[in-house]
Amino acid sequence: MYKILSKRTLGPQIREYAIEAPEIARVAKSGQFIVLRLHERGERVPLTIVDTDQAGGAVTIVVQEVGKSTREMGDHFDVGDSFLDFVGPLGIPSEIENYGTVICIGGGLGIAPLYPITRDLKKAGNTVIGIIGARNKDLLFYVEQMGAVCDELIVMTDDGSAGEKGFVSDPLREILSSGRKIDRVWAIGPGIMMKVACEVTREFAVPTVVSLNSIMIDGTGMCGGCRVEVGDEAKFACVDGPEFDGHKVNFDLLMSRQRFYHEEERCAIDRYLESEGEKA
Amino acid sequence: MIQPQKTSMRQQDPKVRIHNFDEVPLGYSEEEAVREAERCLQCKNAPCIAGCPVSIDIPRFIEQVKNRQFAEAIATIKESNSLPAVCGRVCPQESQCQGVCTLGKRFEPVEIGKLERFCADWEADHEPCCPEIHEKTGYRVAVIGAGPAGLTAAGDLRKLGYDVTIFELFHVAGGVLMYGIPEFRLPKDIVQREISALGAMGVKIEVNKVVGQIYTIADLLEKGYDAVFIGTGAGLPRFLGVPGENLNGVYSANEFLTRTNLMRAFLFPEYDTPIKVGKRVITVGGGNVAMDSARTALRLGAEESIIVYRRSEQELPARAEEVEHAKEEGINFQLLTNPVRFIEKDGAIAGAECIRMELGEPDESGRRRPIPIPGSEFIIEADTVVIAVGNGPHPLVPRTTPGLELTRRGNIVADPETEQTSKKGVFAGGDIVTGAATVIQAMGAGKRAAAAIDRYLQEKKVS
Repeated sequence: MYKILSKRTLGPQIREYAIEAPEIARVAKSGQFIVLRLHERGERVPLTIVDTDQAGGAVTIVVQEVGKSTREMGDHFDVGDSFLDFVGPLGIPSEIENYGTVICIGGGLGIAPLYPITRDLKKAGNTVIGIIGARNKDLLFYVEQMGAVCDELIVMTDDGSAGEKGFVSDPLREILSSGRKIDRVWAIGPGIMMKVACEVTREFAVPTVVSLNSIMIDGTGMCGGCRVEVGDEAKFACVDGPEFDGHKVNFDLLMSRQRFYHEEERCAIDRYLESEGEKA
Repeated sequence: MIQPQKTSMRQQDPKVRIHNFDEVPLGYSEEEAVREAERCLQCKNAPCIAGCPVSIDIPRFIEQVKNRQFAEAIATIKESNSLPAVCGRVCPQESQCQGVCTLGKRFEPVEIGKLERFCADWEADHEPCCPEIHEKTGYRVAVIGAGPAGLTAAGDLRKLGYDVTIFELFHVAGGVLMYGIPEFRLPKDIVQREISALGAMGVKIEVNKVVGQIYTIADLLEKGYDAVFIGTGAGLPRFLGVPGENLNGVYSANEFLTRTNLMRAFLFPEYDTPIKVGKRVITVGGGNVAMDSARTALRLGAEESIIVYRRSEQELPARAEEVEHAKEEGINFQLLTNPVRFIEKDGAIAGAECIRMELGEPDESGRRRPIPIPGSEFIIEADTVVIAVGNGPHPLVPRTTPGLELTRRGNIVADPETEQTSKKGVFAGGDIVTGAATVIQAMGAGKRAAAAIDRYLQEKKVS
């Protein structure tokens, strides 16, 4: 059993958990993920590792409560409770080295997995420009943490309620157009955000890494559900990724595959909310 | 006077069973088992034993069944086989023990598999037989993967007095027995019953441990394990590589079956994992996994379940019984047919363009090579496709074990007699070595490896 050591609300239906998993905490690297299962009837939920505390034996994850499992986690799993299964670290770690100047872009929940990569790139000696964005100020999180590991941090919201009004791709284009030498870009967030960011960096021929969160079951190469097209080749996000060369990823296919269970997800959440309503 | 006909096993009516996940064959009664056992000729040379990859003393256990010594019969089986309830259900007996049965030369062979199943099921309803455990050797062995190879190696090593820990990446032990083979062919509580028997013997199982990610083989040897057995199987699904294969609605058989079997998607939304099955389902392939997928599709509500296989019926690699069951259930077999591309409509699968094939000269597998017939393309409409054309080696252990010799295809190279790999103290067996094969072949490899690990550690002790 994997005990919840802390639980913190970062925004409306965005929560951060620290989970007791010392063996994973000891070896996990930024860019890797875990798969968890709440209970006997639960699905296997893949989530990127946000931080590890080796001394405390804890792994931090950030969860946006969008589906039945994540809602249930938020509503019913508190400090002292345990998840039934917690497996990891999975996937290939980020390639952290000193590239020179890098831009790290995080959109929405993507800020969470972006944070450890940004931190490690900074540690490796890069000059790091952070660009983080969300729909509005309530959905923004980790602004301070990101600020602490970036040389410059640009904050964007769609509605201008925090930072600048606009999308993360706007300052990205501005920086690249200014002629400043950027050696590499990391972009993590919703499919459409990563797609647009990659279109911008392609124009300027800046290598861009994206992290793909496709639907998966085992997370170890066995189901093939997470397959994505990268440069016309089918790759498994779980064992070949989750990070790929963003200029080669077929984002339309990724987004289409992410929506495949839309109806079932709807049915599960409605049924859950109804049963919660009855309890209340 | 020998009965020329086998004692047939009662089974669920096909019309009923295509709407449920309950087991198809219902088992022998004691009387039926004794009647079948009486057909055994008790041959002195016992070709059946040689035909069994784990060398069960078949004539002896059948004699015991005949004498109604059922507890003795299961004990005899368990001397050689830790998973009799599984093997009695899923072994391809027709090409093994029953294929060489002397009685089979003139009449129908003895139903050895069904008798094995009977004994294992009889035990479940009675006092379990616990095999003898030798005195502690003081050595620790790590087994990677709780599938048929790993479970067998672990059981045998435990009997020999070793301290055995299995590391399993899924949240339950069983490997393909849990995620792959459907409930209607191998009920999951039966698999768990056999695994608990290993637990009762003292085999430790750590689930949720992905070796290659959380620890490497080197880490395990450093942690104080004296030998390692790798039984990580053929888990990486192969695809056809034709256009449209990544459309929504195209599943690998692994995903289709894992969602259904391991994650219980047939009980969605009671269970959280969904599965989407359309009215017309195409399964590509002709092995047991293809039969399992096509039959699962029916049970998940498909109105028509179609198998598309590029060779002819004769070459179908599936067990005869599975093909027979699939036919009884109304699976539509499109033989000598191969998909060339999948057709899209609104971002999802709408069908497969297929081409008819004819058989040419034998290929390296000894089977006649299928050759496309030009101009024979046609379309099969479908809203779900399952690709069941085999699996490659699970990549994580090979990828993270420097110095481990691999084949061109990425399988681990191991000595066929001892399952010893290129690394000292590291053994491997089952599908990770041979490529996808059968449960019982993997079990045979687990058994050979256990014997070799025993010899290796006993020699180590002396030196």
